[in-house]
Amino acid sequence: MDFNFSEEQGMLRDSLKRYLADAYGFEQRKLIVNAKSAEPSRHWKAFAEELGILGASFSEAYGGYAASGSNGAVETMIVMEEFGKALVVEPYLGTVVIGGGFMKHSANAMAADVIAKIIRGDALIAFAYAEPQGQYNLADLCTTARRDGECYILNGHKAVVIGAPSATHYIVTARTSGAQWDRDGVSVFLVDARNPNIARRDYPTVDGQQASELYFENITVPAENLLGAEGQGLSLVEQVVDEAIAAVSAEAVGCMRKLHEGTVDYARQRKQFGVPISSFQVLQHAMVDMFMEVELALSMTTMLTLKLSEPAHARSMAASATKVQIGKSCKFVGQNAIQIHGGIGISNELTIGHYFKRSTMIESQFGSVDHHLQRYDTLSLAI
Amino acid sequence: MNLEFSAEDIAFRDMVHQFIAAQYPLSLRTKAASDEEATKEDFLAWHRIVAKQGWIAPAWPKEYGGPGWTPVQRYIWSEACAAADTIPILPFGINMLAPVVYTFGTPEQKQKFLPPTLSGDIWWCQGYSEPGSGSDLASLKTKALRGTDAEGDHYIVNGQKTWTTLAQYADWGFFLVCTGDASMKAQQSISFLLIDMKSPGVTVRPIITLGGEHEVNEVWLENVRVPVSNRIHDENKGWDCAKFLLAHERSGIAAVARSKRGIDKIKGIARSERRCGQPLLNDPFFKRKLSELEIDLTALEYTELRTLAGENAGKGPGPESSLLKIKGTEIQQRVTELALEAVGHYGAPYFRGFPDDGDNMHPIGPDYAHRAAPTYFNGRKTSIYGGSNEIQRNIIAKMVLGL
Ligand SMILES: Cc1cc2nc3c(=O)[nH]c(=O)nc-3n(C[C@H](O)[C@H](O)[C@H](O)COP(=O)(O)OP(=O)(O)OC[C@H]3O[C@@H](n4cnc5c(N)ncnc54)[C@H](O)[C@@H]3O)c2cc1C
Repeated sequence: MDFNFSEEQGMLRDSLKRYLADAYGFEQRKLIVNAKSAEPSRHWKAFAEELGILGASFSEAYGGYAASGSNGAVETMIVMEEFGKALVVEPYLGTVVIGGGFMKHSANAMAADVIAKIIRGDALIAFAYAEPQGQYNLADLCTTARRDGECYILNGHKAVVIGAPSATHYIVTARTSGAQWDRDGVSVFLVDARNPNIARRDYPTVDGQQASELYFENITVPAENLLGAEGQGLSLVEQVVDEAIAAVSAEAVGCMRKLHEGTVDYARQRKQFGVPISSFQVLQHAMVDMFMEVELALSMTTMLTLKLSEPAHARSMAASATKVQIGKSCKFVGQNAIQIHGGIGISNELTIGHYFKRSTMIESQFGSVDHHLQRYDTLSLAI
Repeated sequence: MNLEFSAEDIAFRDMVHQFIAAQYPLSLRTKAASDEEATKEDFLAWHRIVAKQGWIAPAWPKEYGGPGWTPVQRYIWSEACAAADTIPILPFGINMLAPVVYTFGTPEQKQKFLPPTLSGDIWWCQGYSEPGSGSDLASLKTKALRGTDAEGDHYIVNGQKTWTTLAQYADWGFFLVCTGDASMKAQQSISFLLIDMKSPGVTVRPIITLGGEHEVNEVWLENVRVPVSNRIHDENKGWDCAKFLLAHERSGIAAVARSKRGIDKIKGIARSERRCGQPLLNDPFFKRKLSELEIDLTALEYTELRTLAGENAGKGPGPESSLLKIKGTEIQQRVTELALEAVGHYGAPYFRGFPDDGDNMHPIGPDYAHRAAPTYFNGRKTSIYGGSNEIQRNIIAKMVLGL
């Protein structure tokens, strides 16, 4: 058993930390968020060229530099935790973790080419999976894909597609057969974002990202852009989403660390009744409980990260268990951070509120606590 | 003992329901139902309708313009308002300042300030908190120096207030200021001043909150001249007014009726949202949380009714009202939490854009979704303001348990 980072992994973390401290401070981030640009910020190029982090989780075979024999999950965890600490809004999750994940696992003929573009910073990918009716069920799909000669024709509406405004490609889940919630009949496509029959409505999200509603009206997608086998895509989707859960869990841990540290620091400085509010035992205990939540969240995230290569059943149980822990911890840590700050916690001018907003959104990203408790229940009965 | 409303109370209930159904404007109803931010005009429109009816100040004595309702009738009224999603009647003038004026004010002050407060012609803000003085309010630093000149006795006020709710609309504010010197106990050197917000030297600056709202402000006071006749009660007796007022601020803070309405709305959302084609409301995990919330609210409601019955029998609201504040705000927060949970993915879009850019597209997703996250974020305030829930627990420990 070994919970230590390798030397390379340690260096990855340190250089990213340094870069973000210099170039991605709260004020700098605010400019990016307020610009609401449909282009990635200048940091994306720096991630690709200066830091090389876009290749950190890909194996050498793909031109990346993940530890040999590994799946790059630890590298992803390192990057996402640092991103959580700096509230990075760049489309790393969609592009590298999800887009890269689909390319790696689907063994599609274009995988090497797309991954090379991802690593160079030229491909930006958004994951179009959610639909208005579906809540968190990945198989609940009204979007359809119909084979037509050498192409598929897609129709449907995808909801809250994070990173869509700047994406060069979407990964789209659609139904090629079966009823609305069947496990069978789900197919996955890599779709060029410039496809003319896609209507897009862009908007910011409450946590400072850019997202879109996507409307497909008879869009044509070449058959070679099918990722995995037709109708058999759900297990691939589940694998990538479990990896994405590990990634947002790491981001949440970074976010919660900052919420906790920021709260302890503030409580030390803030005086009421002539003493620092950190001297009130009721606040001390709340801060201790926050600390324990962050530690437990980190433990679960590490566990999941190390189990991502296990068979589907074990991997999915670990992912749902972790997401339950993360959801609960985010709520507890976020709410207490604001409470202990008092009025100033409600102000949009301080970083603390922005960590609270992001961690709140992570609570339900890829499934709420209830969703994952139920998935865990179902999986544990199937042992 | 019995749980029934009397025949008069039932007749009263029918009457207020009819009034609201007939008089509450539809445009406001739609806005309030979706937790949209109300404008100044929205607040005033409803205020004036209710004022015209003579019901705007349920708790005031009749001689000053109250309707002479019993506490139970007041309760029925607030239930009816919440059920109809009425825009709240802002508490600052009606519930907070006015009782101080009619309890401690001079006849001239009552004459000058009570009628326009009733009618909505004076919009009040509460200038208590300062950057360095929140929970420890008595440590406030805003200084008022007494002087006399050709125009008469006055104070010159300097300092900064903060978190001042809706001060951007206020005509007048009631302020706690320091009139004593360093040798005096803090609580005995505070005075209660009414300040015209149009006075030279008053500056109001917005503080934008987590949901993007402009609801609170910084209020800067630079050499603001305040006639001594605008002081309520004696010099250095302002703390008595403040303590008295805090008790009034807390009554009604349980917001039982509003939370009931919130739970109804969640049920509506959970009937529309589907998991595998089934309404979210049928989901056992979700349903359980909703039922727990409803049961906790029932416990709070009957606690409030017991308190009301005590008030009916002539007992003033005591430190027990801290219980109503703590439990009431915890429940309000859980309502916002569950609503955000229910809307799923559509909790994320922020359709207004950031406050500085006036983005005004129609919302993304179902109508009930787009305010869920801002309302949840904003709702964190309820356990902080009005005396934080930690402070309320300290009050119960000390005053009720004698610890
Ligand atoms: C949305 C909003 C609207 C407001 N509107 C108004 C208004 O209109 N007018 C006005 O005057 N004020 C207003 N306030 C201010 C409000 O009353 C204060 O925020 C509140 O009194 C808490 O003070 P603080 O923010 O300085 O927090 P602090 O007093 O610094 O408290 C920070 C934390 O320490 C805890 N704490 C403090 N003392 C103790 C103790 N002895 N034991 C245990 N824990 C303790 C608190 O509970 C809190 O968790 C508003 C606040 C908000 C958020």
